[in-house]
Amino acid sequence: MIKGNSGIRKTDVINRRMFIIGAAKIIIFTGIIARLFSLQVNENKKYLTLSDKNRIREWKLPPIRGDIVDYFGNVIAGNLKVYQLHIIPEQVENFNYLLTRLKTLLNLSDKKIEKIVKLKNKLKPWESIIVSENLSWSDFLKINNYLYDLVGVKPVMTISRNYPFSETYTHILGYVSQPNEEEILANETVQERFVPGMKIGKLGLEKTLENYLIGTNAIQRYEVNAYGKRINQLEHQKGKQGLRVRLTVDTEVQKACGKLLNDRAGSISVMDIYTGDIIAMYSSPSYDPNKFLFGISNDDWALIRNNPLKPLVNKTLAGLYSPGSTIKPIVALSALENKIVGPSFKVKCTGKMELYGQTFHCWKEKGHGFVSLKNAMKQSCDTYFYEVARLLGVDRLNITAEKFGLGKKVLGDYFDFEKPGLFPNTKWKKNNLGKGWVLGETLITGIGQGYTQTTPLQLCLMTAQIANGGYSIKPRIIVDNNPTSLEETKRKLKEETLYAEEKKLFENPKNIKIVQEAMFSSTNELYGTSYKSRIDDPKYQFAGKTGTAQVKRISMRERELDLKIEQIPYKDRDHALFVAYGPYINPRYALSIIVEHGGSGSRTAAPIAKELFKLIIDRDELRNKQKNFEEIEI
Amino acid sequence: MFQHDRLNNELTFWQKVKELDYILLISIFILSVLSLFIMYSTDGGEILFHTKSHFSKLVVFFPLMILIAFFNIRWWHNLSYLFYIAVILLLIYVSFFGIKSSGSRRWMDLYLFNLQPSELMKIAIILCLAKYYHRVKIENVNSVISIMTVITIILIPIIMVLSQPDLGTSILIASSGLIVLWLGGVKIKYFIYSFIVFLISLPFVISFLKPYQKLRILTFLDPDRDPLGAGYQIIQSKIAIGSGGLEGKGFLKGTQSYLDFLPEKHTDFIFTLFSEEFGFIGSVGLLVLYSIIIIRILRIGAISRSNFSRLFCFGFAFAIFIYIVVNLSMVLGLLPIVGSPLPIMSYGGSSMLATMIGFGIVLSAKINHKQMIA
Repeated sequence: MIKGNSGIRKTDVINRRMFIIGAAKIIIFTGIIARLFSLQVNENKKYLTLSDKNRIREWKLPPIRGDIVDYFGNVIAGNLKVYQLHIIPEQVENFNYLLTRLKTLLNLSDKKIEKIVKLKNKLKPWESIIVSENLSWSDFLKINNYLYDLVGVKPVMTISRNYPFSETYTHILGYVSQPNEEEILANETVQERFVPGMKIGKLGLEKTLENYLIGTNAIQRYEVNAYGKRINQLEHQKGKQGLRVRLTVDTEVQKACGKLLNDRAGSISVMDIYTGDIIAMYSSPSYDPNKFLFGISNDDWALIRNNPLKPLVNKTLAGLYSPGSTIKPIVALSALENKIVGPSFKVKCTGKMELYGQTFHCWKEKGHGFVSLKNAMKQSCDTYFYEVARLLGVDRLNITAEKFGLGKKVLGDYFDFEKPGLFPNTKWKKNNLGKGWVLGETLITGIGQGYTQTTPLQLCLMTAQIANGGYSIKPRIIVDNNPTSLEETKRKLKEETLYAEEKKLFENPKNIKIVQEAMFSSTNELYGTSYKSRIDDPKYQFAGKTGTAQVKRISMRERELDLKIEQIPYKDRDHALFVAYGPYINPRYALSIIVEHGGSGSRTAAPIAKELFKLIIDRDELRNKQKNFEEIEI
Repeated sequence: MFQHDRLNNELTFWQKVKELDYILLISIFILSVLSLFIMYSTDGGEILFHTKSHFSKLVVFFPLMILIAFFNIRWWHNLSYLFYIAVILLLIYVSFFGIKSSGSRRWMDLYLFNLQPSELMKIAIILCLAKYYHRVKIENVNSVISIMTVITIILIPIIMVLSQPDLGTSILIASSGLIVLWLGGVKIKYFIYSFIVFLISLPFVISFLKPYQKLRILTFLDPDRDPLGAGYQIIQSKIAIGSGGLEGKGFLKGTQSYLDFLPEKHTDFIFTLFSEEFGFIGSVGLLVLYSIIIIRILRIGAISRSNFSRLFCFGFAFAIFIYIVVNLSMVLGLLPIVGSPLPIMSYGGSSMLATMIGFGIVLSAKINHKQMIA
């Protein structure tokens, strides 16, 4: 019985204690349910977001760049379908076999194979290796033929930049290529839209207009697993192609410029004298920008870089030249405006001029005799301009020259490498060289030598502003949204001049007229320096001024020798320059031509103008018809 | 006395069938079927290795449970000490010849599955202590000899399991043992004293922990300190449960699970997957199912005549409760991560075998609840 009692007492203890933990149990279960509730109901949104963040991965695809078209809508920088070859390692059965097959099919180098193997070891097995970025059509066909044998190989069609006119527009457009890290970080838009394999503008308008051209990424959303492998596609969000940019340039003229320069070092610019539209802007020699798209080969790069004619330099905007005699219209105008000389003022040219014991030569050793302004311009008499410059002084000349755009960038911010050039004055010399101005320097400045440095486009702008009657224009290379007729443009220029003094570049319109007539005679009258290149048909007739810029001082001995151009080493030959506008009646276009080390302007540069004017004026009609063609968003 | 004798007589087979606790049996069956579906989901909606293996274990162990139920509870009472010693021997065996996996020696290779004796110890210790307290006189429960004896019974397996090393299982063995001590009538002040001693010695214990165990504790305190390393499991587990919401993402639609963000989803983190796919409602439902099982076991204990049955049922019910609490607290980020499976649901033969043996003995206790044990 004692045992029984003990058993009963024990049972009581067990039961009592069971209830104590039973209560604890209920509390704990309640606690767990509360925790579940807080996670699953209260914080559900937070964890749902986290779960989606886990499983959904976005893939940005490279955006499609906007086209760049010329004035007539021809695509000059477009997009092309290219064929690429990808390998997806996880699908490959025998990697070595595949590589040997591809090597023989595509003639891959050992180095390339090594690179692929290295990439394969670096990437995850489902990340594709790009074997070839730009497969030729025949290679693409070959691969497709043998596809059954090439397990794990994927031919892919994608889009790449393309420059259909190859070297014609290189110096305007620049090119696109794979950016380095610095370049990505430098531009916020690029940084935001960058995806590996994307190319960005490296130079020229492709670089300047990057944010307009770039376009927006297409986005693919994939569900991925914990290891980052894509499981299935959830969504495809289309990207927007970049903006279409229409330039003022005319491909036919641009092409002609290239042909006329014929790989000689030099530059041609053509400008509408009222709108400031740049019709052509060619720097020679040029190079094919398409070569840079997929990484230029070392050989090609060496060829371009080591070319002594410097194809990498945009000579139109960054080439600095002494204007030579092409400055004379400005010197004449400045003198007229400042009432230093009149049209009838005459100087006797004996072939040289003495000043403080220094001799300043005219190009014509025998001298021109008594010359008036018109004749001096026509025959490009240096003595006359020495004298005029001496009377005028460099500071007054500088004011006129700067009004006409010398010493300032022409296109502003569109090309970061554009150079402003220089037109000196006494203050400049004092500030920059620390020495006082010498009168002799005024003399040589009067014939466009000395410190003066101009870009070909500046000379073109200068000529255009003389041609349009002395109105300031703003050159542009991108067409804007307000197309206006010629009459409207002209009227506007004149109206604006009434209100904005800085638009007017002259005091007396007669003075411009005198200079224009002098330039006309230089090309169209006997003994004019560019008389040989004249066109008699009034439809094409143009007025111009030659220039021959010395690149080194001519020694006495050389002057006596009077060598033929072929006898002088290339580096020492003069630059040939020519500025012109036409048609003479109702002028519309101005141009500037420079042939580096081309010898005399009249022999080398002026004949190019003759060829070019025919084309430019023939295309004028087409250009006028083209006006309103589409809305541009820039 | 007559009645007493009659009750000690063996029941016939059909009487036994009639006496089975069907509510408990059906609950266990539902849980088993549910676990198969969840295993199917962990296999990514296909019948793959884990599903097949889990199924085959259920097919063997579920009948085993019923078989055990048909043996008289006296029989299990008599075998208790032997069972305990056998498991101790198995523990010794694995510590020498066991299969080594991820740094610990816990398993022995049986043809059907790898047996983890420490899992069986969870049941053996309850059986052993239940028998001890059934036999010891109530006056002697708090005697020095008695206390020393039970502490020895508990400490031997714990030390062996700890040395495997397997912190999770040894904690569960300890708590199973302590529950029976508590039920057996060990004075409350002893529990309080030893708890104080435990707290004081905690810093020393921690200094003996393996680096990975320390890391788990640190990670528990601040899961975000190393989100891709040690904290990864708990962060992903919370994301899975939290994103399940009220109704869950739906069967086979748990993205965290089938995109492999969940670690150990077959075993310790099985609840995470369940909770992601079935939400708060499903999770509470599962807890209700477990509660029914626990309450049924407690009821069987309460109606049992013998204190052995009573102690075992109560002990086993609370042990199961603790397994569930430890597992859930772990996946919910309430406790540091210690390896502890969710009974029946988790993939793993030993755990299922131990649980099924426990259920079998409980069912046997039900069938023989009127039986006295001398």
